Amino acid sequence: MSDRNAMTDQTELDRILAAHAGREGALLPILHDIQGAFGHVSEHAMRAIAGALNLSRAEVYGVVSFYHDFHAEPAPRPVIKLCRAESCQARGVEALAAAFAGETRVAIEPVYCLGLCSVGPNAMIGDALYARLDPARLSALVESVL
Amino acid sequence: MSAVTVRISDDALALACGADAVAAAFAAAGCTVERVSSWGMHWLEPLADIDGHGFGPLTPDDVAAVLGGTSPLGIGRIEAHPFIARQERLTFARAGKTRPLSLDDYAATGGWAGLARARELGPEETIAEVTRSGLRGRGGAGFPAGIKWTTVAKARSARKYVVCNADEGDSGTFADRMVMEGDPFHLIEGMAIAGFAVGAQQGYVYIRSEYPHAIAKMRSAVERAASIIAPFQIEVRVGAGAYVCGEETSLLNSLEGKRGEVRAKPPLPALEGLFGQPTVVNNVLTLAAVPWVMAHGASRYAAVGFGRSRGTMPIQIAGNVRHGGLFEVGFGITLGELVMDIGGGTASGRPVRAVQVGGPLGAYHPPSDFHLPFDYEAFAAADALIGHAGISVFDDTVDLSAQARFAMQFCAVESCGKCTPCRIGSTRGVEAIDRIRARTGRAADRVETLPQMHNAQKGARTLPEDIALLTDLCETMKFGSLCALGGFTPYPVLSALRHFPEDFGLPALAQEAAE
Repeated sequence: MSDRNAMTDQTELDRILAAHAGREGALLPILHDIQGAFGHVSEHAMRAIAGALNLSRAEVYGVVSFYHDFHAEPAPRPVIKLCRAESCQARGVEALAAAFAGETRVAIEPVYCLGLCSVGPNAMIGDALYARLDPARLSALVESVL
Repeated sequence: MSAVTVRISDDALALACGADAVAAAFAAAGCTVERVSSWGMHWLEPLADIDGHGFGPLTPDDVAAVLGGTSPLGIGRIEAHPFIARQERLTFARAGKTRPLSLDDYAATGGWAGLARARELGPEETIAEVTRSGLRGRGGAGFPAGIKWTTVAKARSARKYVVCNADEGDSGTFADRMVMEGDPFHLIEGMAIAGFAVGAQQGYVYIRSEYPHAIAKMRSAVERAASIIAPFQIEVRVGAGAYVCGEETSLLNSLEGKRGEVRAKPPLPALEGLFGQPTVVNNVLTLAAVPWVMAHGASRYAAVGFGRSRGTMPIQIAGNVRHGGLFEVGFGITLGELVMDIGGGTASGRPVRAVQVGGPLGAYHPPSDFHLPFDYEAFAAADALIGHAGISVFDDTVDLSAQARFAMQFCAVESCGKCTPCRIGSTRGVEAIDRIRARTGRAADRVETLPQMHNAQKGARTLPEDIALLTDLCETMKFGSLCALGGFTPYPVLSALRHFPEDFGLPALAQEAAE
């Protein structure tokens, strides 16, 4: 990373921390903003958050590692979240997932319920939702994120 | 000629099924398109509503035929459709009819009448009214809402909170999402009434991060309604992918910015909740039932229902089902009516073998349970639970030992780690079910064969012994876990074992074959 990028990153981090100053229970909103802006919550960011909220680094790390949404490292591949919960299982998602087990270009991660349980199998990419998936539609989704 | 007005839902499910493209095609054909909430007939989404008549499920290619009057996808008058006509929609009275973020639509359809009446009656009478309605917590536990509110109202503190639990993580449930995306002001009104009744200044809506559309709609609605509910304030907070945060004490920790670990009770959240202050924690559906109770009176609400379960329940029919969707009806309807008559059996056309009621912590039911009335006590008596009233239907290709394994595995993945029965029991449960599924049994290990291990089994464990071990483990989890995650995971496991023993290598139950 160039120095210039590091500087804009620092500015963004400071901006996020300042935006949540004085808020009650601010840690999760801060982590969401940082995860959204940088794609992960780096050790540097955890250190800065700990300083801003007067927490220990261990406390911040404990929260980051507890929740599935926060990652200490950026995702190396594009992510498709495929619902693997019971209602989608009843609609055949396990066979669908098995058919894409060899797909290494994207990460097909499990998610437990997108709340579209009557029209599964379902997937989410970013904030976009996709229902009634079959192998052809999931294939098209994989191609669309590459 | 005036343009045809077409109403299409902008609910997350409709969008996932391609509603935006259909809406764009109608707009391109010169129609006025209004984006409204969803009727809840999910197999028909995207559904177009033209003058009260429905067409669905549509793709952009169907638009010309719909406008030309030649489409075979018409379902006639939507409100006359049996799926809608059989319902009693109190909480979902506006579903399909209003624009979710329109304050005008909300006010024109009776919105804010409940809050106005609460302000007229005063806090004490408001709580009395909610108590009289018999409204019980819709999150699963079924605790009377009025009693919880009374506890918070009587607690002495300068600061109190109302927390709306919108961490709807159970598979097979989507009613909370539909309220937030389809009728967000309704939830806001319910929260404002709760805040007024107990004397709280601040409300939080804790929404799971898997619901981006609900988050956006609620944020926008909270902003628009701020002056109406003032001095009460509401803020939307977003979860971070932890199922256990649907448990109320874990949710409170998460709101405080901590790991979502469960707290021991007592103290009750009603006395020491968010930031140690008295807090009402209610599910979305509980709070969304309140405006109707206040606007129409407790006795009218209590007149609907069954036994001690009063009022209506928005039941969610999902999984491998032909007619899936949102079905709000008074308590007392039987499971069989919901699955077969209303749901129409499986989408795959194969026979129904099992239905799971209440999400990942709910029991699996065979068709011989279809006589059960939807009622908290009736389900409890059958070793089952209603939970958040989601029904997942499975056809005869399902392997219940695999579903039991999934229940344990899910618990292992989502356990907060605070208590041992849940944290370790779930992993041991997966291992035990794996052995049962493989029919291998298990030889005694080196520690077990030590002479000082008096109680350990010395020989290889047989299949019945492994099943006894699993049953024993479930007992421990049920009675030893701190919260419902570890405590209720035995429901799907033991119900699968009890009703479908043949999937675990045991002899089948004699009578079930006749169903």
